[in-house]
Amino acid sequence: MAKNGEKLFIKGNEAISRGAIAAGLKCYFGYPITPQNDIPEYMSAALPAAGGEFVQAESEVAAANMLIGSASCGVRCMTSSSSPGVSLKQEAISYLAGSQLPAVIVNMSRGGPGLGDIGPSQGDYFQSTKGGGHGDYRTLVLAPGTCQEAYDLIIEAFDLAFKYRNPVMILGDAIIGQMKEPVITWTPEEKAHDEGLNWRIEGAEGRDHRIIKSLFLSEGSLAEHNKTLQDKYDDMAKHTKQELFETEDAELIVVAYGSIGRIVKSTIRKMRAQGHKVGLFRPITLYPFPSQELKSLAEQGKKFLTIEHNLGQMVEDVRLSIRTIRDSDFFGFMPGNLPTPDDFEEPILKSLGGK
Amino acid sequence: MSEQEILAFDKADAIVDVPTHYCPGCQHGVAQRLAGELLSEMGLTENTLLVTSIGCSVFLYNYLKVDSVEAPHGRAPAVATGVKRARGDKFVLSYQGDGDLASIGMAEIMHCANRGEKVSIIFVNNTVYGMTGGQMAPTTLEGQKTTTSPAGRNPAKEGLPIRMAEIIGQLGGTAYSARVALNNVKNIRKAKKAMKKAFEVQQAGLGFGFVELLATCPTNWRMTPIQANERIENEMIPYFPLGVYKDVTAED
Repeated sequence: MAKNGEKLFIKGNEAISRGAIAAGLKCYFGYPITPQNDIPEYMSAALPAAGGEFVQAESEVAAANMLIGSASCGVRCMTSSSSPGVSLKQEAISYLAGSQLPAVIVNMSRGGPGLGDIGPSQGDYFQSTKGGGHGDYRTLVLAPGTCQEAYDLIIEAFDLAFKYRNPVMILGDAIIGQMKEPVITWTPEEKAHDEGLNWRIEGAEGRDHRIIKSLFLSEGSLAEHNKTLQDKYDDMAKHTKQELFETEDAELIVVAYGSIGRIVKSTIRKMRAQGHKVGLFRPITLYPFPSQELKSLAEQGKKFLTIEHNLGQMVEDVRLSIRTIRDSDFFGFMPGNLPTPDDFEEPILKSLGGK
Repeated sequence: MSEQEILAFDKADAIVDVPTHYCPGCQHGVAQRLAGELLSEMGLTENTLLVTSIGCSVFLYNYLKVDSVEAPHGRAPAVATGVKRARGDKFVLSYQGDGDLASIGMAEIMHCANRGEKVSIIFVNNTVYGMTGGQMAPTTLEGQKTTTSPAGRNPAKEGLPIRMAEIIGQLGGTAYSARVALNNVKNIRKAKKAMKKAFEVQQAGLGFGFVELLATCPTNWRMTPIQANERIENEMIPYFPLGVYKDVTAED
């Protein structure tokens, strides 16, 4: 059930901010870092006006730990940052996962490693999908390819965070954050999974006290806890989401996500007009990765080329998904530069002509 | 209970009736008992959200009958900020040791105080990292031997011990900052009064409340409990003077 709002021409960062507030955001904690500064700037005015709390923290570390505090109270809360800042948040993300707390973390990623640059890159795929912090845990990761999808996915991110009591990450990049597009806003009329939170701290009135923790010292208790977490991650595998474009008769499927998926889509349109049988598979959930859906395409005998704005990260998940049937070629567009649809034509042709 | 034994006083309702894990002579038990008594006396038990930190103090959540959340090392003031911003109607209490608060968590405590977060923080200063086995802390005294300052703390290389109650007292958002000691009955009574004041400024919405407690760690000091109490009097109090460093209610 949704209540439709207005049609706006806004940046991805603003779409994220507006979507979060529409989703019922109560607390935002952030710290300035390019290219996501529009988010804390928007939140500083709009969230208090919507009855929520905004804090510009002293560091990314503090912001992510404020998230632990608010999440433990069972309210909808989020933080946002960009690559080096998200590295600093990883300790708290591990604690959120270990303590089974719901929260949303936005990464409008930039070039790395280290200070890198402030341009777009997909170099944080490993960090986002494979943990990043310590211990055996997973973060649900959603990768929008348009400003509208950024708006829609952050609303879904809060529902998933509460459904699984787990951190959920939105992985965008400088392109998604900084480009402007028409966005149709909407407000969910119901908040799924937010009721009857018998785990949150609220004052131990008339019952035994609750303890939210990730320390399990007694013999076997950590193993038991990790088993619970693993069962949850297994269940998350049901929530894969992807876009298929021109894949039915395609000989070659390009696998690309986020803003690169969107640029590849333009390449595919152009190459289709030239008669090339190429299609796009764009994973929207990066964890869980849509392995089964990709494998079924491999079973149809299609070739694969993975294109990323990095030196080869998601290609490992693509290869794992289709390894019993096929392999995938890889083309990495070097971060530090901005790709256009034309940049992908040559690697696609090369892959199409290969074995 | 034999006929000769007399129950002199009851356990406060905020205190869980279990043995604590602390070493003999350690004063975490005293500090936590004072906190529990105050929560009970002030009617806060069912209204309190507790943030526990890393170190010997982490198990406080097992000893107080209040809802609690565990913070990573040093980050308790940030977690407490998140709790208070989500539940401004609740009483938020945190409790940290010296390694946690004055070393890894220095940024978080300074900014939490400076923002004037309406939370109360109890700071246990025993001049040493306790749980990890007696390493040098930011509050380790000059010349004090620890496992990582085997020749004694050398200010030329390691700096002087940090006086937190004074630093916190300088910050704009602080409503109350005081240093007290747990080495004798008289000082324990004063400590409880200071903690009560820190709780009251939060309840009155006046700002950040901070109480530094000078406490013993006989195990890592390699002392008997009596020697440890004497050390507080003879070595710690001269460097860490007891007193109130800020009290916005007194300035009125």
